[in-house]
Amino acid sequence: MAVRDYIRQRFFPHLWCPGCGHGIVLNNLIRALEKLGIPKNDIVMVSGIGCSSRISTYVDFHSLHTLHGRALAFATGVKMARPDLHVLVPMGDGDALAIGGNHFIHAARRNIDITALVMNNHVYGMTGGQYSPLLEFGEKAATAPFGNVDQAFDVVELARAAGATFVARATTYHAASMQQIFEQAITHKGFSVVEVLTQCPTYYGKYSKIGGAVEMMERLRDGTTPVGSQAKKENPALVERGVFVREERPEYCSEYAKLIERASR
Amino acid sequence: MMGEDILFVQGNEVVVEAALYAGLGFFAGYPITPSTEIAELLAARLPQRGRKFIQMEDEIASLCAIIGASLTGLKVMTATSGPGFSLMQEALGYAIMAEIPCVVVSVQRGGPSTGLPTAPSQADVMQARWGPHGDHSIIALTASNHQDLFAVTVDAFNLAETYRTPVVLLLDEVVGHMREKLLLPQPGDLPLVERLRTSVKEGTDYHPYLPREDGRLPMSDFGGVHRYNVTGLVHDMWGFPSTHPKVAHDLLRHLVDKLENRVHLITRYKEFMTDDAETLLVSYGSSARSALHVVESRRARGEKLGLLELQSLWPFPQELVRDRCSRARYVVVVEMNMGQILAEVERCVERPDRVFLANRIDGTFITPDHIRDILRIIRGRGV
Amino acid sequence: MVPGTCKGVSMAQEPPVTIQREWCKGCGICVAFCPQKVLALDSQEKAVVMDPDGCNACGLCEVRCPDLAIEVRRKKDA
Repeated sequence: MAVRDYIRQRFFPHLWCPGCGHGIVLNNLIRALEKLGIPKNDIVMVSGIGCSSRISTYVDFHSLHTLHGRALAFATGVKMARPDLHVLVPMGDGDALAIGGNHFIHAARRNIDITALVMNNHVYGMTGGQYSPLLEFGEKAATAPFGNVDQAFDVVELARAAGATFVARATTYHAASMQQIFEQAITHKGFSVVEVLTQCPTYYGKYSKIGGAVEMMERLRDGTTPVGSQAKKENPALVERGVFVREERPEYCSEYAKLIERASR
Repeated sequence: MMGEDILFVQGNEVVVEAALYAGLGFFAGYPITPSTEIAELLAARLPQRGRKFIQMEDEIASLCAIIGASLTGLKVMTATSGPGFSLMQEALGYAIMAEIPCVVVSVQRGGPSTGLPTAPSQADVMQARWGPHGDHSIIALTASNHQDLFAVTVDAFNLAETYRTPVVLLLDEVVGHMREKLLLPQPGDLPLVERLRTSVKEGTDYHPYLPREDGRLPMSDFGGVHRYNVTGLVHDMWGFPSTHPKVAHDLLRHLVDKLENRVHLITRYKEFMTDDAETLLVSYGSSARSALHVVESRRARGEKLGLLELQSLWPFPQELVRDRCSRARYVVVVEMNMGQILAEVERCVERPDRVFLANRIDGTFITPDHIRDILRIIRGRGV
Repeated sequence: MVPGTCKGVSMAQEPPVTIQREWCKGCGICVAFCPQKVLALDSQEKAVVMDPDGCNACGLCEVRCPDLAIEVRRKKDA
């Protein structure tokens, strides 16, 4: 099946700004699903609220566009009811980790077989570029005119500590690698988290003065390095990308299925 | 037959029995007094029947989870009390907007805020109506005794499926925790309404939000042959976001009219000696038990009292209330709040100056004596 | 779909890259990161293949396009 068969073509061109990284995420997510050959009727995409979460309108799957921060809670109900379906949960960084933080850590703790994509552009884009828990200390944003005094989460460490059994970081520059990571995340049986570093040229690009989409992607190219690379040792300021956690632990729905067997004896 | 068919249980357990009778497939909840027993019982009963239970991290997640599960075709329920119900309002609005069947039980306790966790109140009536933001309608049911509670709970599931809406089952701590006899209905005794699924074939355009001629909206299970969109944004009949004023107007009118225009089909009530009542008590939930006691004891003395017991609070049964109240000299609303249903009664009767309130707001159950004291005061005003 | 041809340049064969102009928002990402530098934005700020012979169908533009506007026909293995 061609890649374009996986999208709702009638809604294109999509609503994202020129150069927005979310389109690159959509692009490679679709390629990953095509490569895996998963039937469209077997895929449920559950998103939250924000520019990232609009992705669910564009895919030709069962799409559930929910509430800010609550996508994983809705997704848990879908997955519990139908563990046979592939449940993908793209969320924004504030969506997943500010208002959605609690649901994020508990979904990870349960190790429920859901694939969470944290589309991290460090701001709340839809509302005009306010800072999120992923904006670094000192950076400016619409609600941080004098600089951010918050510290940013490390999504990988947070996901790992909460119990996620597949944790990876990708960037929109490293598109082919992002596709492969998506394939692994979706295939992994357990709670998968992929943080995608993605660009918001309209707001983050402006406030940070990095520039437009191209400059922001150059930053992703130059400011990241594969996990455990020599470059990281030499320059700790680099952000590592790749797979950080890949473990097999009891998956929530499987455990519940065993519980049903015990209970109904 | 005796034995198995007669239970002596708490109201919370009645809700569990009735939900299972109605075909409950998934429950997600969070512990909160005085509703916790519902979750505890279902944690055991659901997996025993091959169905599913999960305790989520909070009440918000609980309602969100059951909405997700409902979309896969299951009958779903959550249970909470005031503080948890407050948390659920955004998700409740979502279920209303996206027209997703579910049952939300709230066992009212003293409020506001943490209030009196183990004491009854009926102070969340208006919240059940207007908790979610925006113009909308809602169905809220209640009951005063276990036999009715069973039927009303089954009804909640039926109405949720019939109208593709969340239904609030608004109980109170007395009904939830007291023990009383329940004659367990047998399969087939009470009618059940199943999920109406679309007959549109795979490959043909399915419109999740296009009503049939009879007003019902056929659904399609997530994971099935129709891939569509569900959103809390104003949406068109395919479920995709729209900002077109006509789409917004028609959608909101539909959400409200589908319930408000069918009050006569949704209204549930019982009445006791209302035909010739000179004093009509209007009550609901556990308060109605005391109100009925007053009516019966006064009737024994020759006084003409009557009771209209509401089992559906929303949409408010205006015509029913206006009709019954018109026959009486004066009306006394009996409730454990500061007059939330009183306000609705006053709004729809011809003589609001003849409507009075017998209430209790201190966490103590309103007793027949308390009602009688208030009736005396009302009588003393020379009404 | 309109193949991305540059006005005035005649083609021996169709380039492997086709760009859907209605979807392209002219962000310039494909142009900036093409290793062979065969892409450019035209006067309407749409991506076009300036140098089709220079294109080796690597597909990087296809996977980096935020608008899903680019399709690249890869050389098939025998």
